[in-house]
Amino acid sequence: MNNKSGVETAGNVSTSLPPKSWITLKINGAERHLEIAPWTILLDALRNLLDLTGTKKGCDHGQCGACTVLIDGKPINSCLTLAIMHDGAEVTTIEGIAKGDALHPVQQAFIEHDAFQCGYCTPGQICSAVGLLNAGKLRTPDDIRELMSGNICRCGAYPNIVAAIEQAMQSEGSAAQ
Amino acid sequence: MTTNYMGKATSRVDGRAKVTGAAKYAAEYNVPNLAYGYIVTSAIARGRITKIDASEALAVEGVLQVFTHENRHKIAEDDQSYEDEAASPGSPFRPLYDNQIKFSGQPVALVVAEEFEIARYAASLVHIEYKVESHETDLSKVRANGYEPKIKRMEGFEPVKPRGNAEKAFQRAVHQHDAEYDLPIEHHNPMELFASTAVWEGNGKITIYDKNQGAQNCQRYIANIFGFPMDDVRVISPFVGGAFGSGLRPQYQIFLAALAARELKCSVRVSLTRQQMFGLGYRPNTLQRVAIGAAKDGALEAFMHDALANTSRYEDYQEMVVNWAGSLYQCDNMKFSYNIAQLDLCTPMDMRAPGGAPGMYAIECAMDELAYKVGCDPLELRLKNYSEKDQNEGKPFSSKELRACYRQAAEKFGWANRKPQPGSMRDGSELIGWGMATGIWEAMQQPASARAVLTSDGKLEVSSATADIGTGTYTIMTQIAAETLGLPLQDVTFKLGDSTLPQSPIEGGSWTAATNGSAVKKVCDAVGAKLFAMAQKMEASPFANLKFEDVAFSEGQMRLKNDSDRGVAIGEIMRHGGATTLAEEATSSPDEAKQEPYARYTHSAIFVEVKVDEELRTIRVTRIVIAVAGGRILNPKTARSQVLGAAVGAIGMALEEESVVDQNLGRIMTHNLADYHVPVNADVYDIDVIFVEEHDTIVNPLGVKGLGEIGIVGTAAAIANAVFHATGKRVRDMPITVDKLF
Amino acid sequence: MNPFSYTRSGTLENAVTEIARDRRAKFIAGGTNLIDLMKENVTRPSRLIDINHLSLNKIEETDNGGLRIGALVTNSDVAYHPQITRRYPLLASAILAGASHQLRNMATTGGNLLQRTRCSYFYDITTACNKREPGTGCSAINGFNRMHAILGASEECIATHPSDMCVALMVLDAVVQVTSNRGARAIPFAEFHRLPGDAPQIDTNLQPDEIITSVDLPGEGFAGNHSYLKVRDRASYAFALVSVAAALTLEGGVIKEARIALGGVAHKPWRNAEAEALLKGKPAGQDNFRKAAEALLSGARGFGHNNFKIELAKRAIPRALKQAAAGTPQSQTIKKVL
Repeated sequence: MNNKSGVETAGNVSTSLPPKSWITLKINGAERHLEIAPWTILLDALRNLLDLTGTKKGCDHGQCGACTVLIDGKPINSCLTLAIMHDGAEVTTIEGIAKGDALHPVQQAFIEHDAFQCGYCTPGQICSAVGLLNAGKLRTPDDIRELMSGNICRCGAYPNIVAAIEQAMQSEGSAAQ
Repeated sequence: MTTNYMGKATSRVDGRAKVTGAAKYAAEYNVPNLAYGYIVTSAIARGRITKIDASEALAVEGVLQVFTHENRHKIAEDDQSYEDEAASPGSPFRPLYDNQIKFSGQPVALVVAEEFEIARYAASLVHIEYKVESHETDLSKVRANGYEPKIKRMEGFEPVKPRGNAEKAFQRAVHQHDAEYDLPIEHHNPMELFASTAVWEGNGKITIYDKNQGAQNCQRYIANIFGFPMDDVRVISPFVGGAFGSGLRPQYQIFLAALAARELKCSVRVSLTRQQMFGLGYRPNTLQRVAIGAAKDGALEAFMHDALANTSRYEDYQEMVVNWAGSLYQCDNMKFSYNIAQLDLCTPMDMRAPGGAPGMYAIECAMDELAYKVGCDPLELRLKNYSEKDQNEGKPFSSKELRACYRQAAEKFGWANRKPQPGSMRDGSELIGWGMATGIWEAMQQPASARAVLTSDGKLEVSSATADIGTGTYTIMTQIAAETLGLPLQDVTFKLGDSTLPQSPIEGGSWTAATNGSAVKKVCDAVGAKLFAMAQKMEASPFANLKFEDVAFSEGQMRLKNDSDRGVAIGEIMRHGGATTLAEEATSSPDEAKQEPYARYTHSAIFVEVKVDEELRTIRVTRIVIAVAGGRILNPKTARSQVLGAAVGAIGMALEEESVVDQNLGRIMTHNLADYHVPVNADVYDIDVIFVEEHDTIVNPLGVKGLGEIGIVGTAAAIANAVFHATGKRVRDMPITVDKLF
Repeated sequence: MNPFSYTRSGTLENAVTEIARDRRAKFIAGGTNLIDLMKENVTRPSRLIDINHLSLNKIEETDNGGLRIGALVTNSDVAYHPQITRRYPLLASAILAGASHQLRNMATTGGNLLQRTRCSYFYDITTACNKREPGTGCSAINGFNRMHAILGASEECIATHPSDMCVALMVLDAVVQVTSNRGARAIPFAEFHRLPGDAPQIDTNLQPDEIITSVDLPGEGFAGNHSYLKVRDRASYAFALVSVAAALTLEGGVIKEARIALGGVAHKPWRNAEAEALLKGKPAGQDNFRKAAEALLSGARGFGHNNFKIELAKRAIPRALKQAAAGTPQSQTIKKVL
């Protein structure tokens, strides 16, 4: 967090590439080793290098939420972080939300309530909701509407998304009782 | 087990793939030895490139090539080769063709590298010098340049001829309303970035995973431009992350990916950035004058609708903005005009309910304004002027349950409790506004083909080269096929999004359910007829002396319609007939003789509640009730989602969306999702969708009308009308942001 | 994005030594703004020093009865921290009014202070921008300036600071603790951010070799009478057109102390001592609130598209003060404005 003021010029143009190094990510429970350069964004590492294409790129600037994954359980925008910064971290992507063939209650509720159309924002929506539910941040429909606002759905499935998450909350609640 | 699916709320058959991340979109095919392309776009709006220096970029380790107009190999040089199903008259844009800059954000170079990050970095090292020419990007400055497009994009896009004498009738009318409505440029902004993964197959063939609304449209485009034999180009797009019209034409990334793959003889992925997506087609800026004259009691005496929209310098983009009033309202004196004016922007494109959404926004705001002048309820005004036939064409409607829409939606909404005076309803610090509007969209059908392959294990695969951009096509086609042949849903697979599949038009205009649905029904009936012929030859066949019309398929069996206990399993029929598979292909075309005598439209009535903070002028759309008369509803679950999603789109249109052009630069500056606001979850409250019973035996064999557009038509007007009712302030330029309400 | 090297710092000493050695290096913490800018080639560091492993991630009591928020505590962890929600609910509210929960899970306290303007010209390297490239001119001043500053702007730059959190910190008289090889110092919050003047490329008074270690809150948190009211173009996940952080101390309906800061209107969170003084000793009523609003907006100037912000601020300030006086702060979840 140094002073971000001032403008850097690139100076001499670099024609050689930044050196790569090995990192380990624990993705969906499995250790994945990866040789990457510092400039590889976590989102691009998942999609291009690890073939985990369920995590989506919708804006690449933290303005849509399609790239949401859980890092150590917390939802984050994977487009705004370097993969190398997460050496050793636990990453959960949409591919790791279901338990084998058994869908997570949020996934099941999304299907039942038709909480998506094109499906492109859906993995981000689901990761976001799962993270919020796990953290106990959702109590009312207003909570859902506000806290899910970081996940844009251009198809406009919002009322169905709210209904799906409410259902998942109830099933979690009944499971806890 | 029941096998009646049409009309039943059914969860999406592709739902599991979408909630688990298994559904793959265009940029998600990680083929071996894939190279990555990164696009460089123009910084200026008009002029020409005088120099491109790619030497620094080429020097970066891992860069394979930098493609520009200077080094690209031969591509087609005639306009026809670049035309596509949704092209407008003119000379289509040709990427990397020459040094001319036609709009800010135009692609001018493609950097291809071994890794995505390398391509992105090297793209920043491509230095371009321009000879800048002065540009014009402001429609309001070129009103005088508006012209009637000489070559029509398609039949029905031109204004209908005047009826009566609208000018005179307007002058004489007791009540007159005459105002201009301004709709800004809007971008589709589907969540998925436009992308193509072009796979070089090694034998001169190319397979492209692409984002589009018509795989065959893109296949022809690529084959024509690059001179590939049609069979050597395959375009695949099983999942499309939203489009809203933006995929109706091949976008330039498919050209760039194909160009690079052909020249480098390797597989290449090209993906646009969100910023670059603002250099694609858009809903044009439209300035509309609506002048209505009415008698003392509100009966319409004159209706004039004149639209001016922008296009590019190279194509005459056209959509049907005017004419709608002539179908919707009874009035003997009507006059319409539609002109376009050229700007230094790229060509507009069809965006959800092209023409209808902008046109009906102006018409329905104007009708609301008239209602206040007449001093009658806005709903009453619509009912008073309800059209029993389409005056534009002089034809009756194939069906029109709009009255039922008005009635059911008004009742659900509680419209009767509305106090007419603006600003007279409130909830504490918020002013309540109730507004309404009407929606209308054409019920269209195109020719299309489908193939069905039934195997003796009772599995059916049906296919057609259409697209599912989130519309639910996979699901409704599966339902139609399963019901027609009486098979369990899980035994039926529908395939789309592949240029090798049977012919289909682009997916748009709300015509897919009617178009491809009719083809699916027809081909499944053909399979059924074959089965019937086979069944008749069985020993002691219960069908021996019957006609095909006497049997029905259900629960995996062919059964007698009048004695459903008597039936034979499909698998058994095939075994007896010695067939392991039955394959049929069929083409369905609109029955013009049947359709032509009628005007065919989907209708809707929309009622909206807004709450506006009296002091701060922030607006919340707290309730929308929308009733749709859309013929037969194949799947109430996905149908509701389409209408609901379009209504959310209308919230964006009315209150948030604007692609703002910096006129000094000729460049769209709200070119990201932080500056171009689309609705978020917190913007949306209750949306109630009602499907009104409507039987239509004319529109197509299925009686469906299509639902992709109707939800956005008129809805923005209903919101604007509600804002007026709350505040007494009429904002005629969208979007209605807080500053316009001070 | 240009190539850069990456190192991790394990200690504060190491971090400040490294940054002092390399003027083209930058620290990275949450990265939510830095990565964003790097992708657009607005910022091109040759090296990133990852400071996420420094022990600056605690919220602790200070000797003078306040709280010390470590520079690396995420925005989420601040907003939901029991001490913050109980004693400094204004800060929690302001944080929750900004960005999205995913971004708040990444963004850090120090990084929030150092985020750069969201001016669309600053972000678009094809356009002229004095903040990005001094001397090239300001495209916004005669361009599309709906989101831009109405207070404290210069002919060189009319950008705004985008933070919500900083507006609350301004009201709370927070203190920014920084350190470098040359030693540690404390910067009062009001002095942390700069106005653009003729050097708009410099956002803050933090020196290039310094690092933020914590943001310290004094004991007074105005937990009883406060509100954060943010007006924006949609209900969530949008930058402020105008936001108001209001805090009052009341004694039987009379204002003992008033503090007001504005977001979305200037190159820094905007406060005006005269406006606050006007309220001192006065009854907490609309007339007085309006007078304070007028005073706060004195000297305000619009550039065309953003003229409305002046009137909007004049309406939002009394509203936030009213909410604060009534002890009914604006909810960031329920969107109706109280």
